[in-house]
Amino acid sequence: MFRYVIRRLLISIPILLVGTFAAFVLVASSGDPVAALASKPGVTKEVVENARHALGLDQNIFVRYWQWLIHFVRGDWGVSLALGQAQASVFDVVTQSLWVTVRLVVGAEIIALILGVAVGVLAAVRQYSIFDYIATSAAFLMFSMPIFCVAIVLKNYGIQFNNVLVSWGLKRWLTTAGPPTGGFSGSVGNQIVQYTGTFLLPTLSIMLISFAAYSRFQRASMLETMGMDYVRTARAKGLSQGRVIFRHAFRNALIPVTTYFSLNFGAAFTGAIVTETVFGWHGMGTVLIDAVTQYDPNMLMGFLVVTATLIIVFNLIADIMYGFLDPRIRLG
Amino acid sequence: MASPLMSSPETTAVESHGPQPGEVGRHDFDTKARKQSRVILGRFLRHRLAMASLSVLVLLVVLAFVVPAFWKYTFWDTSSGGYLKPSPDHPMGTNQVGNDMFAQVLRGTQLSLLIAFVVAIVSTAIGVVLGALSGYLRGIMDTGLMRLADLFLIFPQIAAAALLVNRLGGSWYMVALVLALWNWMQIARITRGETLSLAQREYIEASRAAGAGTGHIIFRHLVPNMIGTITVNATLTIALAVLQEAALSFIGLGVHIPDTSLGLILNTNYSQILERPWLFWWPFVIIVLISLCVNFIGDGLRDAFDPRQTKVRA
Repeated sequence: MFRYVIRRLLISIPILLVGTFAAFVLVASSGDPVAALASKPGVTKEVVENARHALGLDQNIFVRYWQWLIHFVRGDWGVSLALGQAQASVFDVVTQSLWVTVRLVVGAEIIALILGVAVGVLAAVRQYSIFDYIATSAAFLMFSMPIFCVAIVLKNYGIQFNNVLVSWGLKRWLTTAGPPTGGFSGSVGNQIVQYTGTFLLPTLSIMLISFAAYSRFQRASMLETMGMDYVRTARAKGLSQGRVIFRHAFRNALIPVTTYFSLNFGAAFTGAIVTETVFGWHGMGTVLIDAVTQYDPNMLMGFLVVTATLIIVFNLIADIMYGFLDPRIRLG
Repeated sequence: MASPLMSSPETTAVESHGPQPGEVGRHDFDTKARKQSRVILGRFLRHRLAMASLSVLVLLVVLAFVVPAFWKYTFWDTSSGGYLKPSPDHPMGTNQVGNDMFAQVLRGTQLSLLIAFVVAIVSTAIGVVLGALSGYLRGIMDTGLMRLADLFLIFPQIAAAALLVNRLGGSWYMVALVLALWNWMQIARITRGETLSLAQREYIEASRAAGAGTGHIIFRHLVPNMIGTITVNATLTIALAVLQEAALSFIGLGVHIPDTSLGLILNTNYSQILERPWLFWWPFVIIVLISLCVNFIGDGLRDAFDPRQTKVRA
């Protein structure tokens, strides 16, 4: 087991190297970060050349990647090359954004998993009931909708809802433009109101679609285990319905969902680009978009190293859990 | 061959016809051969939800590809006034610069469908070939290809989209290419898994002993035996690609003006959702309709290919 983990992690290192190099070349060659400066009136060629030199843009792309790599190995993540960022530290930006994403996306994923598993199990146990039909149609509808449309609709009706609150003489509740900069303050009740108001809409828009996938997945897996011989045996030896469902079927039906969730969870750290854009949260998705549109390879490297490591680790966890939960599978 | 005592569905089906009058005995147990493909097609045709979805999808395809030729406005025509309300002349109104929205939505549907089909075909082809190679040849090939899949999994698609789409022009086939390159990994994994178990069968061994090459075994023996899984996954990829195209266009890395796609229409008009809701809801409904229909068709195909799942489905 230990050797397996070590081997998998060692294999990941060349993947990371190739991935970062490809991304670096791709972004560095797709545009010039000082182009905006050069097009300004009154900026001499000399100023532009100095700016290029200061950012290291006048060097060969291989040299630039190598420079980034040796700095990174020493613990220096570099600074942003985008002009508007005023040389912001990549490490600071990425860690701050990661924290935003953890609170927003990861929280939503966990809620979606719990709800999805519950609904999936109920739908499978009461197959072809009204509940099953409603859950199935809702799930199909939700994962047929583009997530940004869901976010836009929620945002606009959230604003309308706030207007209704204001017209009743109350304060606005739902926040539709990013988390408050100063954090939450006031009494406990007040903080809860602020907290829910801030998180409700973006969480909901991320949650709905993940929830649909989890509930479908859990339902299919539950139905499959309910048809297994050991479940029939459990019934035949006279166990109660609840015991059959929870001790025998449910526990085994969780295996595929666990690994599926682990894979998704790793990917969740890359942020929800569209939801973050619509609701104005500065998470990992925004970092990626900014890095790509402002031709900022340093920032992209920071993003990529963090998200790729998390994806690789959670993929590994998924494989290990699979072998752990189902001993018939041996890891080689 | 089959004993009359074995009541397989084929024999019972023929028994219901009964022997023809005048033909004694000879045809009593003579069953008409039914090809596997016909059985599957029959099951699919009886799946009501899938058939309804297929008709809606066909209708949308006809609308998107035939109607623009007869419609009085082209999607780039800006001669009408900006922000006109829906009227018989402009069934979906006009947008800010005066494009007829009906023509725009039709063109958007056209491109969304085109992109989705191309993505499904290309990514399925890549995924099936790489997955089958990986599962059949094992060893260094397997490790190499699976690590390649890992590389694509960690690599941000957006970065590739920015380069390919922005630099090389936002034409629809560039968008399709980027989406196809980032959608083959799942299919490759599934194909690999199936190949690993299929490759142990005797008929593969027999074929190899007879001197068949890798290509022959993959395309003549492995792929036909996995055709169910492949078709279902290709179908579901269509639905996925429609949504991904919309998302890419929404963040500005998809199809570009002067051309248009459903995602781009939504991107330019979503601020009007409260004032001029029709500008937002029409493209939205079409996207959901395409994706929903394709998902239902995929579901019906899955049942048709795997009758065991019929009980296991809504």
